[in-house]
Amino acid sequence: MIRRTVRFLDSRAGVAPLAKRALRYVFPDHWSFLLGEVAMYSFFVLVGTGIFLTLFFEPGHARAVYHGEYAPLDGVRMTKAYASAVDLSFRVKAGLLFRQTHHWAADVFVVAIVLHVWRVFFTGAFRKPRELVYYVGILMLMLALLEGYLGYSLLDDLLSGMGLAIGNAVALSIPFVGGNLGALIWDGQFPGGDAFWSRMYIAHVLLLPVAIGALLALHIALIVARHHTQFRGAAKTERRVAGLPAFPGYAPRSVALACAVAAMLFLLGGVVQINPIWLWGPYEVAQATNGAQPDWYLGWLIGALRLMPGFDVTIGSYTLVPNPFWGGALFPMLVFGFLFAWPTIERRVTGDDRYHNLLDRPRDNPWRTAVGAAFMTSVAAVFFAGASDRFYLSFGIPYGPQIWFWRAVALGGPFVVFFAVRRLLTEVKREEETPAPSGFDAG
Amino acid sequence: MKWLWSALALLLGRGRREAVAPSAVERPRIVPRQESSPRAELAVLALLALASLAAIGFIVVYVVDRLPAQTQLLGLTLGLAFAFLSAALLVTARRLVPVEEISEPYPEPEHSAEADEVVQILDESGERMTRRGLLKVAAAGAGATLGAALIVPAASLGPVAYPDALRRSPWRRGLRLVDSKGRPIRSGDVEGKGLYTAFPQGVSHEELGSPLVVVRVEGQRLDLPEGRDPDLWAPEGIVAYSKICTHAGCAVSLYRTPLYEPTSKSPALVCPCHYSTFDPATGGGVLFGPAGRPLPQLPLEVDDDGTLRAGGDFSEPVGPSWWGVRRG
Repeated sequence: MIRRTVRFLDSRAGVAPLAKRALRYVFPDHWSFLLGEVAMYSFFVLVGTGIFLTLFFEPGHARAVYHGEYAPLDGVRMTKAYASAVDLSFRVKAGLLFRQTHHWAADVFVVAIVLHVWRVFFTGAFRKPRELVYYVGILMLMLALLEGYLGYSLLDDLLSGMGLAIGNAVALSIPFVGGNLGALIWDGQFPGGDAFWSRMYIAHVLLLPVAIGALLALHIALIVARHHTQFRGAAKTERRVAGLPAFPGYAPRSVALACAVAAMLFLLGGVVQINPIWLWGPYEVAQATNGAQPDWYLGWLIGALRLMPGFDVTIGSYTLVPNPFWGGALFPMLVFGFLFAWPTIERRVTGDDRYHNLLDRPRDNPWRTAVGAAFMTSVAAVFFAGASDRFYLSFGIPYGPQIWFWRAVALGGPFVVFFAVRRLLTEVKREEETPAPSGFDAG
Repeated sequence: MKWLWSALALLLGRGRREAVAPSAVERPRIVPRQESSPRAELAVLALLALASLAAIGFIVVYVVDRLPAQTQLLGLTLGLAFAFLSAALLVTARRLVPVEEISEPYPEPEHSAEADEVVQILDESGERMTRRGLLKVAAAGAGATLGAALIVPAASLGPVAYPDALRRSPWRRGLRLVDSKGRPIRSGDVEGKGLYTAFPQGVSHEELGSPLVVVRVEGQRLDLPEGRDPDLWAPEGIVAYSKICTHAGCAVSLYRTPLYEPTSKSPALVCPCHYSTFDPATGGGVLFGPAGRPLPQLPLEVDDDGTLRAGGDFSEPVGPSWWGVRRG
């Protein structure tokens, strides 16, 4: 049976040579290589649960009085988007499970991508000949952030409305074009026309997922073209790649990981409540709530908006560059600019133009690791500043001094961390290079 | 239990394939032969059975209507089904399929001969053209203009003359201030300790320019900017500002009232998004936080019966700022 199928497919589509190569494609093994796969499988869960949700969710800003399953909201005026999201949670069987799983999957998706980027950065996997793989990956991270933001903004609950208001302010703040851009995207003044809701919806359920899927395919195609990187080992050298074959060794492991990711997400989606929009209520421009937090992956942007001192570029009695530009647009542009520029910066600084198939351990390159750690310190400080009001509410630490503290960590922390990490790793490396008398292998 | 094990073993034993299959043609093996592991097979069988049970559980929970904690049970059963399947696959990967390390050379990083040929093809293909520079310029021009032509319809997305669209405000002289239920607000309703939200009567509450914060300021603290006559902008000490923060457009919905004036900070309007803080006594000036311009103030009138009415439009555009917006 198998023989006949293979023969048939080969004679009709010429797949045998390709299939043979694909089955014996080499996967070097290391736990940290799984992070990218976790991201990919989360994306699959997102697509699957997302398809289910689109069958019930109705975008739109038309308002009507709610008389649905959830009694506490009975008689409240709300948009179709919010009402259908509440209905989807209470009236549609398994709707809440899929909605919560979708939300958890989005959070895990971005966690996995971010950890994957760290892994790639600290091991030097981005180096020649894999810069393109890296750039495509960073691009996917940017799209994933936007996709997540649009996803929770669609629901039009109080928190999502506040998030959209801030997004609108950031769009308006962009020099020269901001006013036009905001008016074009929102179809006028915030909160925008009905067209804006159709736009957000189609971007969230079609344009961005297709773009992410296409980039994912390109990411993988580029990896396969240059093969995986690996840590040095007996059979693992710059010239030869060694590891499990895709089949039969690696395939069941990877599918096991896919199932584990799905298991985790459905368990979270079923058992751990996330974004109970019926408690937040519908958004109205006149309402806001204290201590609100966005999904974790936007915390760094909230933090940047909070840390920025009240400073606008003005001429006379006119504003040119409003404040949200610094934290909401310039800061993420700098962060992503750094990530995009890093392979070039490293090549320029080190003058290293060779091909690299072997990975560095973080300690092998103290300078790069120190730069990465410094960069992370700064972004992490800004990220935690995004929760400064929660620290105030939970621990009573006053808000004003906290802002100064986080500013200091964000600006001064990187220098301290850079020198400390470089010093430490240089020591470790030196100790490692002096042959230990006992022949102890630290690898 | 023992009985169950032996029954299972019997079942397995009968179905088990001959370990050494006679092959018709002697070929060198590709996948190495490794010892079989009946115990691992048993474990995989058990895990697959558990996965099926959990999956059936999911279907049952789905079909049974109005179960308490249905979402939790659905998530639990589906999650467990995937978890058991994952465990089964993991045991399969480690014990049931051959575990081998293979190696091969990395792909050649460069193909200089082919790369040169690609360049050659491109070069030679263009040789028939003589005025190449001119043609390039013309083609670039055509591409750019056509690109522009295709982008121009993006202007249909929204109002292009944005300042008018962004400066919209429903407030006009004489419009009554009403609360969220549409009841008129009287000056006597506005007490000193809190913040009141008001809307223009008969206008959608969903317009950015609609919502106001109304507070009462003690006479001696009032210090409005030059040109704002207190009788027009703060009758009876009542002031009204746009409720939309000029920083990022959230609703200014916190009111800081000092418990003991001499030692604590003055009363202020606070936005909960990034904690921009505005002084109601000085025309909405910024006290703290990232906001770059004051809250727009609305002039007020008080009818004989105490009803509050707008005395005109805001002092400046409402909402977050953009390039060229007037401030203060």
